[in-house]
Amino acid sequence: MDRLRADRPHLFVGRGEQPLALTERVGGAIRLAALDRSALLAGLVPGLTLADARARVPELEVFEADPHADHAWLERLADGCARYTPTVSLAPPDTLLLDIAGCTHAFEGERFLAADVEGRLARRGVIARHAFGDTPEVAHALARYAGAPAPDEKGAVRRLPVAALGLDADDTAALVAAGLKTVGDVMARPLSGLAARFGEEAATAVRRLSGDTRAPVAARRVAIPVVVERRFAEPIARTEFALAVIAELAGEAADMLEQRREGGRRWEARLFRADGQVQRLRVETARPTRDVAALMRLFAERIDALADPLDPGFGYDLIRLGVVLAERLEGSQLKLEGGHVRAKDREGEVGALVDRLSTRLGRGRVRRFAPRESHIPEQAELMLPAAQAPSPAPDWLATEPGEPPLRPIYLFDPPQPIDSIAAETPDGPPARFRWRRAVHDVARAEGPERIAGEWWRRHDAPVPTRDYFRVEDRRGRRYWIFRHGLYAETERPRWYVHGLFA
Amino acid sequence: MLEKFPAWRFRYENITRTRVSDSPLSIAELRQLVAGGAATQADPRPADAWRRGGLARGQLHEIYAAEDADGPAAIGFAVAVALAAGALPVLWLRTEGHEAATGRLHATGLLELGLAPDALLLVVVPDEDAALRTAADAARCAGLGTLLVESRGRAPGLDLTATRRLMLAAEASGVTVLSVRVGAAVCPSAAATRWAVAACPSTALAADAPGAPAFEIECLRRRGGPAGTRARVEWNRDDRCFDDPSSYQAPLAGAGVPLAVGGPAARRPAAPVRRAG
Repeated sequence: MDRLRADRPHLFVGRGEQPLALTERVGGAIRLAALDRSALLAGLVPGLTLADARARVPELEVFEADPHADHAWLERLADGCARYTPTVSLAPPDTLLLDIAGCTHAFEGERFLAADVEGRLARRGVIARHAFGDTPEVAHALARYAGAPAPDEKGAVRRLPVAALGLDADDTAALVAAGLKTVGDVMARPLSGLAARFGEEAATAVRRLSGDTRAPVAARRVAIPVVVERRFAEPIARTEFALAVIAELAGEAADMLEQRREGGRRWEARLFRADGQVQRLRVETARPTRDVAALMRLFAERIDALADPLDPGFGYDLIRLGVVLAERLEGSQLKLEGGHVRAKDREGEVGALVDRLSTRLGRGRVRRFAPRESHIPEQAELMLPAAQAPSPAPDWLATEPGEPPLRPIYLFDPPQPIDSIAAETPDGPPARFRWRRAVHDVARAEGPERIAGEWWRRHDAPVPTRDYFRVEDRRGRRYWIFRHGLYAETERPRWYVHGLFA
Repeated sequence: MLEKFPAWRFRYENITRTRVSDSPLSIAELRQLVAGGAATQADPRPADAWRRGGLARGQLHEIYAAEDADGPAAIGFAVAVALAAGALPVLWLRTEGHEAATGRLHATGLLELGLAPDALLLVVVPDEDAALRTAADAARCAGLGTLLVESRGRAPGLDLTATRRLMLAAEASGVTVLSVRVGAAVCPSAAATRWAVAACPSTALAADAPGAPAFEIECLRRRGGPAGTRARVEWNRDDRCFDDPSSYQAPLAGAGVPLAVGGPAARRPAAPVRRAG
């Protein structure tokens, strides 16, 4: 509901405190899924059918619930919370868990941190409740079902209603019917009885709330080896300044990397906007680097290539630069006069060009070729992004001295069908064929080079054998054509042109 | 054993020292020196007379396909020019439209023209604007030997200004820029030379098999020199040079095949038998 107010404020202009509800379709009926404060005060409860609710509160405003958008929004909030701690996890539908162990020093204590979170969210119109706990489950339960104040955490947990156990509705109702109203009541009973009556998960839930066991926390992001950041008292509102800060941070990160004798391959700058949005810039280099100037050129390229330009909006109040992937890079040596550094320099220049182009155009567009173990021509080679670390020198088949090229320079994938229009001798090339609306008279030909299908891969359908011919027409144009299937295999084999020779 | 025979040790040390002093000049550099030297000295081959004064390194050259179907010939000629000049590595720039029209590049085929896949970088850009920007960047990168720009159709972006820019960048960085144009009418540009290339029937091998790539080339324009030279050339991959087709001789079976370095002759397959029909 807060998402609706934030994303579509025009819906709420000029409306007073009208009760508001989100609906979802359950079976054949439309039921209320979530209610705002005034709707709750009007006596509505989630789960009521829409018709009943309308009858009770005629002025009820209704929107359809959109769980996917809610989740995406929660993700965005989680991104924003990365300013507090690197370990943020989602607990759908509506909870964020921040692991703040060791992260509170910047805020003079956890209370201030929580106040900062709530303040930030309140500025975006989000009403949030927070709670601290020794384990994520305790914090989660305390935040959802805040009860009467208690002297300590254990006491607070004991006073929570049984719904905080997170069991399904029937089990919760059964517990309440049995007179067990709070978590404390349930904890006082022996666990074995609970497990026998409600199953193992009920016992686990109790153990988790009492802090005996804990569920693993699925952090949204893995820890990054090198992170440097800069916080600003006053948000900076210009992209140039932000870039200058990134350059400074890159310098610091480079120093840290140098001590670790590493270089960064993948860098990520995150710009935290004052209104909670996070913008991410990622650059990648083909080889580990600590060169700040080269890195800043890449960041500039990255910003140029963005679909929607970088918008500082209200300004950035935190900029963080992380080296996501670092690799071994020994200390660089100063160049000496007269050394043989030319070949290395040239290689470096090509590497820098590859990085620049990969950043601007996308990794997949700057490619190198690598061989692959297959004798099917179109599967015999791979195109890999050139920004990847160069693999050990690949083995290409050596060419025979004195032979003309036996493979075309262009390869059609899929092959293009041709009409073989002149009579052909069995196992020979066509004397004349039509391709792309032009007729070609074959003057010279060599073949067949027989390439069988990979019969060991497909057992169900036999792959026809291909008979390849190198042919040259009267004008001197050279083609690589094949007959798909032997005469023994198929009734009327089709002809294709598969490639063009120089 | 070494301690026992001081003379041996002396020799051993001697050898080691020689190797150490040689090491800074890598094989790759030596190769480059050889290739560069061959390209600059006056070529003794009469077949290469057409090339004298043209297709210099560090300049922009345009290669037009005589007809649409001569596109592969024009590209093959461009690759051959880059190889003959020893201007490696090659950055090959093409647009997505090419991948659809002519198929994708086949590295094995290029290797059989003599262009090793290690010396080839392929950049596929979405449109002509991106191609021009990328070309301008690549032409300034002195680490490259050749920038090969493949363009199809009219390509209005490759005008006098753009080609002038490419030419200046090429002169500054020493990168040879080859602009291969297929399906385009000749238009004014700042290129040093302009060639028209058509496919040409090859010299038949045994059993009427197609031979080495053959091109019919014509010099349409040469800055500060006469144009209009016509020639028929055949690409010789093994020697990285252009041959006169009339002087080409099919290798005799089993004779004249040079020994591969480091491999016994017995391991080589017998001279290929040509098949036809």
